[in-house]
Formats: sequence, structure tokens, C-alpha cells
Amino acid sequence: MAIDRVTEATGTDFSSGLPDELLREEEEGKLPPGTGPYKLAWRRLARNKGALAFGGVFLLIAAICLLAPLYANNIAHTGPNDTHITEQIIIDGKPTYVVNTIGLPIGPTWHGKFFLGADPEGRDEAVRLLYGGRNSLEIGLVAMLLTILFGVIAGMIAGYTRGFVDGVLTRMLDVIWAYPVYILGVALGVSLAVGGIGPLHGNSLMIPAVVIGFVYIPYVAKPIRGQVLGMRQREFIDAARVQGLSDLRIMTREILPNLASTIIVFVPLILANAILLEAGLSFLGAGVQPPNPSWGTMISEGVRNIPASIHLVIVPGLMLVITVLSINVFGDGVRDALDPRAKVRVSH
Amino acid sequence: MARFIVRRLVGAIGVLFVISVLTFLIFQVIPNGDPAARIGGQHANAATIEQIRRTWGFDKPIYEQYLKTMGQIFSGTVVSYSQGVNVLDSIRHGLPATLSLALGAGLIWLGFGILFGVITAIHAGHFTDKALTVLAFIGVSCPPFFLGALAIYYAGYKAGIIPLGGYVPLTQDPWEWFKHLIAPWLVLSVLFIGIYSRVLRSTMLDTMNEDFVRTARAKGLSERQVLVRHVLRNSLIPVISLWGLDFAQVIGGGAILTETVFNLHGVGQFAAYSISALDVPPVLVVTMLTAFFVVLLGAVVDILYALLDPRIRLAG
Repeated sequence: MAIDRVTEATGTDFSSGLPDELLREEEEGKLPPGTGPYKLAWRRLARNKGALAFGGVFLLIAAICLLAPLYANNIAHTGPNDTHITEQIIIDGKPTYVVNTIGLPIGPTWHGKFFLGADPEGRDEAVRLLYGGRNSLEIGLVAMLLTILFGVIAGMIAGYTRGFVDGVLTRMLDVIWAYPVYILGVALGVSLAVGGIGPLHGNSLMIPAVVIGFVYIPYVAKPIRGQVLGMRQREFIDAARVQGLSDLRIMTREILPNLASTIIVFVPLILANAILLEAGLSFLGAGVQPPNPSWGTMISEGVRNIPASIHLVIVPGLMLVITVLSINVFGDGVRDALDPRAKVRVSH
Repeated sequence: MARFIVRRLVGAIGVLFVISVLTFLIFQVIPNGDPAARIGGQHANAATIEQIRRTWGFDKPIYEQYLKTMGQIFSGTVVSYSQGVNVLDSIRHGLPATLSLALGAGLIWLGFGILFGVITAIHAGHFTDKALTVLAFIGVSCPPFFLGALAIYYAGYKAGIIPLGGYVPLTQDPWEWFKHLIAPWLVLSVLFIGIYSRVLRSTMLDTMNEDFVRTARAKGLSERQVLVRHVLRNSLIPVISLWGLDFAQVIGGGAILTETVFNLHGVGQFAAYSISALDVPPVLVVTMLTAFFVVLLGAVVDILYALLDPRIRLAG
């Protein structure tokens, strides 16, 4: 037997074991017969309080970041890129420079203005944090949608057609996969940031989104392909073909619904990884371009200001970790709920 | 075995060829990516740039430039566009730091990954399991440059335990070498420990339900023997396979973030710098190096598979 490399083995497996107590009730027949799989999954998820709590944390962060303009206009009275280097603010009745004479910015004031302090250019850290979060989440979301869309299409076509088309598609996926994620991401990110791509300008937020979305395609396409390969041997596909359904119809009406639970499991996994990759690329200067804030660029600016202003690292860093953590824990709950025995992995 | 190695070698050459062509092409299609303009600098006039273009051969067709660059790589004379230094020398210079980082971190993350995986699998559902699960989740959610920055600030500036970055060769001063690397090792390991412990935990839980484990218990083996000889040995396969790939990527410059935040001047940092300068030759060499290590360790992992699992044979 030749060994094919187990592609799914390259990554996180976060199935928290078998929640037997959740399955037991169903096996004992307390639910009416014929309860649909998604209804069962929903019931399991609803009882996983930890996962729900983290899902709530993520929604809360997303909502707060969406309200960034409201905070900027009504509480902080400044924009994310407005500098206040030479200005003074009143703290405890004493006027204080936002950035002092040796270039050190003020730390958190815990007041409306400069709630979390300022950066060396005199910009309000809290305002930037919210706008940066909006950018980071937006990029993560778009990248995730692109990855899922193209990953599912490529995986489905490769697995369904087999033969030559499969060979070509699989080789292409293998090549993307053979690049280290960061090297490919930085190469594409830097090159596209110079000249833009199509209608997108070099400093557009959608450039890192497209790059990240592209880099992760194989991690979705390969498992989907494997699943479709197995599925097309099953009787219901034969039945569909005997009925005279077209290939396109078989793929969209027969195969796609059966991939739904896998796709749902991938959504939070890819989202969390995309947000982390955005931060990494921005840290290396290949993601969001300054002066646009994102959590990655903010940490990167903070690292350059160590040791004077550690709050510039901690504030965006903690936000990033909490956000990714809540997506990961919620995603784990979703996976357990959909299929307690499933193993879907994604690489970093 | 011989056929297996030959097949792998042919596959490796194919992968390296495709990657080198693609990397070359990516940099050709970049708008504003004209290497002659970058070598000339900001103040070069059109005539100078034209001169540079002719001396470096940028006016030749792409395939000719590709063949020339590849020839230079294999004869060891390839020079970077942005710095004008020999690329292989730069990589040779960065390799000790990268290898030291990869070896130390690789051992730490494999050891702790297995340790935490076994502990959580044995105590599945109990407090230890849940606490370590939370830690694993936090580990995979932390970007290494954030952890690195915190380490440099708190252990470096505040406590003064570790240096503020940089690399000291092992041959020069082993103690300083260790002090410079301990924080990068730990920071790089955190993510992998989180992943590996979870992978091992779930495969061990699956293996524990296998018939051969019940048989082992039934024939009177002690719980420890069952665990080590039957459950663990069978569950290590995905972990070993993961380790091979991750280790290869780190050697090939994949630890860009860790190397950059700790300023280790390794291969990854060199790659990051070259890519930002849109410098084709170094990027070409680094990506091929990584791909080479990935393919090489992929083959090593498959051989280890066969040793761990007698059912697997290496077929040509």
C-alpha cells in the first residue's frame, strides 16, 4: 500500500472529544423520531453554554467595532487617523501634552478622550482600536467567504469529475499548499500593495482579504474533494444520474447539501485563521497599509515603541487574542454539535 | 524502498520546478516591480536604468532570465537585486540561527504536545482536561509576535532575565546562545503545543475504543502497558506527520514572525526582508529551500510511519 500524505493531518483538531452525555438523550429516544440533523445539532449547541458564551463575546466585539464612528464622534471627538501631537488635554485639572517633549505618548486616561492613551503620533488609541477591529473583522470575513466559495467549488469539481480535471486542480492546490502560508501571503501582499489588482488600489483593505482568501483555499478544497470522492460512489448519486439529472444539478442539489455541515464547521476555523494571518501580514508590512489601522498594524507600531509604551502592544494584542479565542471556542462547539465524531482540521 | 525513494525524488524535483517557475512569474507580473528601477534607486535617470537593465539582462525574455537565475542558483553565484550580495552566503549566514530555533522549539513543542495530549486523553472530561483545553485554545489564538513582544518587554526590559533579541552562535558562547533562544523557543512552541496536544488527545480517545485495545486489556496487560504500547504508539502517527511538516517549514524560514520579533537574523527574517524589497532571487531560493525540506521530511515521516505501524509498507 502506498502512503498518501494525510493532508487533513496538517492542522488543528479541536473536537473536544465525544460529548457522550449529549448523545445519550437522543439515543434513549426522548426526542420524537424523525427529528432532523440540524435540529439535533441546534439542541446540542444550545446546551453548550461555554461555546454560546464565547459566541456572544465575539458578537459583542463585532458590534462594538461596528459602532466605532459613534464612539469617535460622540465620546472621543476625533477620527482614527487624526493626530494631536502638539495638543494638551486636561487630566485631573492639569493640562498634559498628548505626546510629551521626548516623544512619549500618554497612557490610558480612562476618560472620554484618549481612554486607552495615545500613540506616538498623538492618535487616540481607543478610536484606532475600534476602527482597526472593524478592518480586521472585515478582512477576515471577506477572506473567509472567498476561501469557502472557491475552496468548495474547486473541491467539488475535482472530486466529482475525477480524471484529468481533478489531476490539474489537485496539482494546483498542492502547489499553493507547498508554499509556507506566510511566505506566499507576504509575497502576494507586498506585490499587490505596490500596484493594486484590477479595480483595487494598493492601499485597499480588500487586497489583504483577497490574498488571505487565496492562501487558504487548499485547506478547504482538499477535504471537500475527499468527501465528494467518497460521496459520488453512493447510491443516491447513481439514482440521480439514472434519473437523467445534469452534472451541475447533481453537484448543486445532491452533493452540496451533504457538504453543508462540513462547510459550516470550516466557517469559524477559517475566520479565526484569516484574522490571525491578517495580523501577521500587517505585522510584516504586507497586510493593511498605514495609516489605516488594523489590530496587526497597531501591534506592529506598538512593538516599535517598546519599552516606552507597552500599552500600544497590549491593547490591540488582547483584543485580537480574545476575538480569535472566542471564534475558536464557538467553532469548536458548532463542530461538536453538528457531528460529535467529525474530524475537520485546518492548518496554520 | 529504493523505488519509494526514487519516486519521492522525482516528485520533489517536480514540486521544486513548479514552485520556482511560479515564484519567478509572481514577481514578473507585479506592477511597478521593475527590478532595474529598484536597483537604480530613486534618483536614477532613464539612461542609467536602461544601462542596468542591459547589464543585468532584464531586457531578455522571461524564460531566458529564469534559466539564467536558476543556473546561478545551482552554481552558487546568485546575487540579490536589492543588496547586491550573494544570496547563498546570506542564507548560510542565517541558517545556524534558524536551525537552532527549529531544533529547540521542535523538541519543546513535540515533548509538551505529547505530554499534554496524554494527560488530557487520560483525564478526558475531568478538570485537568478542561483546564489544559482552555490553555490549548488560548495558545492557538495567540499570534507569536504578540507573545514575543510581551516576552521582550516583561522578561527583557522589566526583569532583565533575557536579552532584547539577536542571536549568539553556539560555538561562540553556549550560555548566551541558550539565553538568546529560550524565549523564541517557547513563543514559537505555544501554538504548536496547543495543536499537537489536541490532535493527540482526539486520536488517543479514538484508539481507546478500538478492539485491539480491549484485547490487550483482556489478555491482562497493565493499564500502563496498554497505554504506552498500544494506545500511544498507534496515536502518535498523525502527530509525527504534523511534526515533520511543521519542522520543515520552520527550517525553511516559516517562522518569519518569531524570527522578526526577536531579530534573530535567520532565514525567515531574510526572506521577509527580501520579499518586502520585491527581490526575486532570495525569495526564489528561500521558497525552494522550504519546499525541499517539506518534501524531504514528508518522505522521512512516511518511513517513520512504516516503523510505527507495521501494517504500512512503503510501496514504489
